[in-house]
Amino acid sequence: MEIRTLPPQGAATRKRPWRRLRRVVALPLAALALSGCTVPSFGASQGVTTSSRSVFHLWQGFSIAAAIIGVFVLLLILWAVLAYRRKGDRIPKQSQYHIPLELAYTVVPILIVFGLFAATLVVENKEVANPATKVTINVNAFQWGWKFSYPGSNAFVVGQTTQDPVMVMPVDTNVHINLTSTDVIHGFYVKEFNFSRFALPGVKNQFTFRAVNTGTFFGQCTQLCGLYHSLMYFKVKVVSVSDYQKWLASFSDNTAAQNQQNVTNQQTSTGVPSKPTSSSGAN
Amino acid sequence: MTDVLERPVDAHVPDDHGHDEHHGPTGILKWLTTTDHKVIGLSYTVTAVIMLVIGGLFAEIIRGQLTTPNGSLVSLAQYNELFTMHGSVMIYLFAGPFAFGALANFVVPIQIGAPDMAYPRLNALSYWLYLTGSITMLSGFFTAGGAANFGWVGYAPLSNSLNTPGSGADLWIGGLLLTGFSAIFTGVNLSATIFYLRAPGMTMFRMPIFTWNLLVTAILILLAFPVLTAGLIMLYCDRHFGTHIFSVAGGGVPVLWQHIFWFWGHPEVYILALPFFGMVTEIIPVFSKKPVFGYKGMIFATISIAALSLGVWAHHMFTTGVVLLPFFSIMSLLIAVPTGIKIFNWIGTMWRGEIWFSTAMLMSIGFVVTFLIGGLTGIYLASPPLDFFTHDTYFVVAHFHSVVMALVLGGMAGLYYWGPKITGYLLNETIGKFQFWLLFLGTQVFTFPQYLLGLQGMPRRMAVYPHDPQWQNLNIWSSIGAAMIGISTLLFVINIMVSWKKYPAGDNPWDAHTLEWFTTSPPPHHNFYRLPQIRSERPTWDYNHPEHLAIAHGEHATEPEKVTSA
Repeated sequence: MEIRTLPPQGAATRKRPWRRLRRVVALPLAALALSGCTVPSFGASQGVTTSSRSVFHLWQGFSIAAAIIGVFVLLLILWAVLAYRRKGDRIPKQSQYHIPLELAYTVVPILIVFGLFAATLVVENKEVANPATKVTINVNAFQWGWKFSYPGSNAFVVGQTTQDPVMVMPVDTNVHINLTSTDVIHGFYVKEFNFSRFALPGVKNQFTFRAVNTGTFFGQCTQLCGLYHSLMYFKVKVVSVSDYQKWLASFSDNTAAQNQQNVTNQQTSTGVPSKPTSSSGAN
Repeated sequence: MTDVLERPVDAHVPDDHGHDEHHGPTGILKWLTTTDHKVIGLSYTVTAVIMLVIGGLFAEIIRGQLTTPNGSLVSLAQYNELFTMHGSVMIYLFAGPFAFGALANFVVPIQIGAPDMAYPRLNALSYWLYLTGSITMLSGFFTAGGAANFGWVGYAPLSNSLNTPGSGADLWIGGLLLTGFSAIFTGVNLSATIFYLRAPGMTMFRMPIFTWNLLVTAILILLAFPVLTAGLIMLYCDRHFGTHIFSVAGGGVPVLWQHIFWFWGHPEVYILALPFFGMVTEIIPVFSKKPVFGYKGMIFATISIAALSLGVWAHHMFTTGVVLLPFFSIMSLLIAVPTGIKIFNWIGTMWRGEIWFSTAMLMSIGFVVTFLIGGLTGIYLASPPLDFFTHDTYFVVAHFHSVVMALVLGGMAGLYYWGPKITGYLLNETIGKFQFWLLFLGTQVFTFPQYLLGLQGMPRRMAVYPHDPQWQNLNIWSSIGAAMIGISTLLFVINIMVSWKKYPAGDNPWDAHTLEWFTTSPPPHHNFYRLPQIRSERPTWDYNHPEHLAIAHGEHATEPEKVTSA
């Protein structure tokens, strides 16, 4: 049995990267301190419905967790890469296991995951809850357009590809949506609602929105549905309750042809959409 | 300009190797008739890399189209064909076959000290099915209606004969059936080989991690691929034989296709990923001059990933509104745990090592960083409310491109690492490092704008998009990243041409750990003239460095540095 002792680690080689590391950690911390206490948006936005706001907060929570974990792991990688560059033909200690450490990096992530799951459940239950609603809108997706109809009234709006049909809904009201498709699968997506749902043939998907701001918002089909998928836009116009009633009443004694006329007027009078207007379309 | 590799080269060609010479056919006839796993593995590698280039060309056209909102490089119809075939070629014809057909075919039998795969003829059949399947799928471009255009996931009812008439779609189904059978046969072959052909001393817990990962991959293939095959047959019957499995009109259920597809499709993600995890798990220890940290933990992490991956398929379907959200959410979130263990194990392997930054090692570190980004953004998508928010937007596109580009980095690491064993010649390290930096930085420049685009509401699969200067800028950045990735691939091809038979590798150019580095480069017909004693997962290292065996279980790094030789 032969025992060989390796020369001690040079202190200098360990110090240099540590100083570098301190600088790397200090900068973002200082930046965070200077920016005040507002939680950054991490690229997302609040949106205009009650659930879009809770989704946004969930997003922030996940992002903070991801940023902490990501920066920590990246620093570990950076440290390893800088500190343990090959400096000669020395063969390092052949250590292979460290059970406490391995347990730690198994158990801590499990705890984090259950924390994230708990937060997910809270927001999810809020989002899929079915509160009492006064307004129902039937949304029917088809190749390549949308039809919004309002049960209990004559009102409906229909539009294809570049026509951008407008879904009118009242603010501060629970609005129940019944989403269907007549042909293939489409995706009902309104960016400002932080929400999307498939329109499935043969299935009625139901969900509820409660908008907190008025305005016109951009929506479009997110699920590939054939040739003109990229032109399948719509708009959501959130108006005050009285304006909504007026709009609904304007359909009451009109013929279908006038309805269409109304739709066109609505479109020209919606004003500037908050997000991009539709493209004129190629080909 | 070359980085001369200054490692000691341990050449030990035995004098008596004449008895093992084989005098079979040579040249094209050898390639056509071979059942040698090394030749088949090389055929797989070359074919898969060609598919990578083809799929990459489609991607460059797509990125070219998106540099302007009203791109007119291709028509709407052509655009749908291009992204469908980009996804299909990359997933079905490059990533999968490269993962479990190419390097695995070459390396696994040698790593366990076997002379060949368990079923050499089945192995040859796998390759020919893969090649014919690939040609079948791509030939859709030459039909009157063009190639398949319903996305690589082929969602019903868009993929039925009413919405997608034409033979391009049928060729897509046919090609996928052929490559699916090829994968199933490879799964049978790999699992049989690993269970039955291990050399004396090579117990299960002495198998290299790469082999372990391929075993788990093979079992996942056997569980997942037959489901896809069945689904494709149903789809074909719906298209041509009047069945109504996926059509509402006849009482069918369109969402059933999604269940079938993703029941294959999510394990498939790990069928793709695990072999690449295995590659970097071979490479990082070798270039850190240490054993892999937490060897057994790594294996259990792999097994848990595989087990969990069978219960997460519906996280692709959160927005259908017809799946049980909490179950699939927690299962998907939990996959982060074993994946995190792997990342910590890779870091632990580098920790206090002597890291040699060869191209293979750089690519592996690039893999870990890129995979970390893809993994973290995947955690968001496991949360249904956040998935509702980002589903089918560029956020998802960016997420899985971070993941698959990590796999490309891992695959390149594998090619730089095992290429010398396959050919007997090293690749140029200087060009390799340029390639690494272009590929690594290009990947980040490519994906980061896409994350932002997704958060700003740009859906995927859009040939044209609304006029918005910010969207356009982000798309242009993403296209610049795609161009960098393209150039890096070109550098790889140039490197092969420049280094052609230039830098002899010797048997063990990296001072590596596993059995393939004990034999000659390239290995002889049945792989070995002799074998070392197998006492750990690093037989070649133990043979070359008997005084530096791995330190026993449970010892801590704080102990005085003593090395005890056996």
